[in-house]
Amino acid sequence: MSILVNKDTRLVVQGITGREGEFHTRQMLDYGTKVVAGVTPGKGGGWIAGVPVFDTVHEAVHATGANASIIYVPARFAADAILEAADAGVALVVCITEGIPVLDMIRVRAYLDCRETRLLGPNCPGIITPEEAKVGIMPGHIHSPGTVGVVSRSGTLTYEVVYALTERGLGQSTAVGIGGDPVNGTSFIDVLQRFEEDPGTAQVVLIGEIGGTDEQRAAEFVAHHMSKPVTAFIAGQTAPPGKRMGHAGAIIEGGEGTAAEKIAAFEAVGVRVASHPGEIAELVAELA
Amino acid sequence: MKLHEYQSKRIFAEHGVPIPRGDVAATPETARQIAARLGSRVVVKSQVLVGGRGKAGGIRLADHPDEAESVADQILGMNIKGLTVKKVLVDEAADIDTEIYLGIVIDRAKRRPVIMASAEGGVEIEEVARSTPERIVTIAIDPFLGLQPYQGRELAFGIGLPKEMVRDFVKIAQGLYNAFMACDASLAEINPLVITGGGKLLAVDGKMLLDDNALFRHFELAEMRDADEETPEEQEARRHGLSYVKLDGEIGCMVNGAGLAMATMDITKLHGGAPANFLDIGGGAQAEKVAAALRIILSDPNVKAVLFNIFGGITRCDEVAKGILEALREVPTDVPMVARLVGTNEEEGRQILASADMITATTLSQAAEKAVAASRGEL
Repeated sequence: MSILVNKDTRLVVQGITGREGEFHTRQMLDYGTKVVAGVTPGKGGGWIAGVPVFDTVHEAVHATGANASIIYVPARFAADAILEAADAGVALVVCITEGIPVLDMIRVRAYLDCRETRLLGPNCPGIITPEEAKVGIMPGHIHSPGTVGVVSRSGTLTYEVVYALTERGLGQSTAVGIGGDPVNGTSFIDVLQRFEEDPGTAQVVLIGEIGGTDEQRAAEFVAHHMSKPVTAFIAGQTAPPGKRMGHAGAIIEGGEGTAAEKIAAFEAVGVRVASHPGEIAELVAELA
Repeated sequence: MKLHEYQSKRIFAEHGVPIPRGDVAATPETARQIAARLGSRVVVKSQVLVGGRGKAGGIRLADHPDEAESVADQILGMNIKGLTVKKVLVDEAADIDTEIYLGIVIDRAKRRPVIMASAEGGVEIEEVARSTPERIVTIAIDPFLGLQPYQGRELAFGIGLPKEMVRDFVKIAQGLYNAFMACDASLAEINPLVITGGGKLLAVDGKMLLDDNALFRHFELAEMRDADEETPEEQEARRHGLSYVKLDGEIGCMVNGAGLAMATMDITKLHGGAPANFLDIGGGAQAEKVAAALRIILSDPNVKAVLFNIFGGITRCDEVAKGILEALREVPTDVPMVARLVGTNEEEGRQILASADMITATTLSQAAEKAVAASRGEL
């Protein structure tokens, strides 16, 4: 079992004719993902890696029954692409693009809150259900099927953790990137709730970082609504206040959003917090 | 990106917010001319991108043009928290009766811009939030509707503003909100917004932070960037598409991915060291970019060891390894290096680095331990 994506996921790639879009379309097809359509305005009628290209998401959905989309378009067009996918009725939109203006995301999110569409990201590596569907840019081969749910604000840090889990024989149900932007489509809580309900997930790894209060709210949620064990890691203990650490959302502002307060929030509700990434797999193994 | 006070206030004024008459000067002579033109008592204010200008002596009153010139002469060239004052704003001095606070920020949890007002103006809002949070009135703004008049009134009455000023206050709040949205700001602040002796509202100080990701649609704002906002190393990094933040430790870190970069910094501390920097080379980094990153790290004299932590996905370990060698050819150094390359083409990467004098590690923990030891000359 899994959450959000599986072997029935039918994917449309927005920005399929771009360099990144085409490269990752091939990677996802190699992994076994059902990529059924691509969209690039003005390039409709063409083909990329055996996938038909359409001018609009509406057309792509109508012709192929796509139920998920992944977005590789440049930041200045990305908000528009998310809205287009939502308006075409796509159930899950995964936005890889980094650098979307925050006010664009505020409008997008306010619109999506009145729709059925779920957005992952932006500025995320995507989502993978091992051996079923890879909807993202992560290296597929480091994952293996299993019962550990993974949710993270980061990309390569997640690969590091997943790699260690796989090495120890601890497979994953689904690994979800929610992205490193200050305003995103899906929070830790949204994903934790799905893992809690998923019979294929036995325990969860949560990888957070400095900035905002999403982790603190996740801790609150774990305390009251989760029966499955959660292991956490928070990056950025040595980050100075007021400086953005790469991700737009990774910044301690007005003294709020420090690693220390997030770690304290988790420990207060009995969630074990790893002191370094290598320790996560050890803690997970103790419960497996 | 930060804007100066004079830039922020001009933008506010374009949206109908009343500001004092005044102009900006780069020389004492110009400051005198501005003061003469204003024909009143003036305040000469240093324009640097840090807080605490007043305490540092960077804001002074002057009664006549000659005094404005001499005061400007003292302030220009002054060093405030490491920044040299290159411009002063010469404003007509306001007759201040009361100081209030008005600001807009993005509330991440609410996913909305929020507008805040407080009767406690002139002090940092964080300070008010800590000591007397009940004195701050906060209202979230619907991005599709914008700031409504009733919300402006709720703010005004909420901070106990005299009712004859409410109408003007609402206009100022809406002007500030319009400025915030028009510029893709992440912060727009009037602190203080003063009530003058004559019962008028006036924005005597202003501050704006802009969303760097939105500058592509604001060329005129992007041109206002003051190079002093970033260190020369940070500017160099930005030119190469690298994300770099200087810290004060001794372990230089080069990592792909922001989260992994932070985790790498943290683990050096866990092993008794301290990170010299945050540096994310991004996804799919090419050799040239890696070389630029290494040059920036090595330009910091505090760096006693460099730790490379690369988890290859899109980024190929052999590309990174080539970049490291390229950089070492250009910038010969005695600083010990620890490399940990895992993932795509890791074998090829390790083989390339075998020709260099480099300490290798397989796990992050091991790499950090070795880097700390190397920084102390123990390896």
